Amino acid sequence: MDILLDILSWILLISGSFFTFTGAVGLFRFPDFFSRTHAASVTDTLGAGLILIGLMLQAGWGLVLAKLLLILVFSLLASTTACHAMAKAALKSGLKPLTYSDQENSAEETTSKH
Amino acid sequence: MKHVLALSVMLSAFWLINSGHYTPLILLFMVVSVLFVSSLCHQMDVVDGESQPLNLTFTIPLYWLWLIKEVTVANIAVARCVWKGADSISPSVIKVKANQKTDLGIVIYANSITLTPGTVSIDLSDNEITVHALTRETAADLLTGEMDRRVCKVEG
Repeated sequence: MDILLDILSWILLISGSFFTFTGAVGLFRFPDFFSRTHAASVTDTLGAGLILIGLMLQAGWGLVLAKLLLILVFSLLASTTACHAMAKAALKSGLKPLTYSDQENSAEETTSKH
Repeated sequence: MKHVLALSVMLSAFWLINSGHYTPLILLFMVVSVLFVSSLCHQMDVVDGESQPLNLTFTIPLYWLWLIKEVTVANIAVARCVWKGADSISPSVIKVKANQKTDLGIVIYANSITLTPGTVSIDLSDNEITVHALTRETAADLLTGEMDRRVCKVEG
């Protein structure tokens, strides 16, 4: 039973790390601020969530489990609020989101130049 | 009154979880500080149905389960976009209507939108939420209005 729990916990920790890493890569790959916030929210939700759940399985029943659960709940609430605050601040200070039609136009422009 | 009571219970639970020392002296400190903070909040008049939404106690766990499922699905979709590269995304800005009756309901809806990767609520005015969507699929998912309906149900 213990070994089963260990295996499950490791699977969760590794997949959590993978999603955290994916979020970090997304920050570099996506073209503008607003699409980067989506990559950051991958790190916040499934990345942090899976790692914390993996740690909960290691902790066993007790106070540590309850504390990890609190960390999960508060980090989810705080990260969404922070994400919205950042996006709203960017919008209010005049940053225009890059939209799909813009991208198509710029693609056409670059092809016509060639 | 029941909101003050709920706040006291929550604060006590929070203390007990974070302390881990259950000696009489520490527990006395807990009682004193909980009473102090509760009365302070009561004096400031911030303890009401909005800060202690007791009416959501039984309806929200089911919504959370559904939200966790949605967030997981959306995460995988966005992660796929990350690895495919910037060509696979089609960002757009859409407006959705929030049909919730209370401010709290609208905030729950807007926060759920932000929590789901692929959609971020970037502005909120009256009953209209401006959303930045990463791909056309995430925008279409949101426009079906299922999340809106479910938050309305949570509100009761």
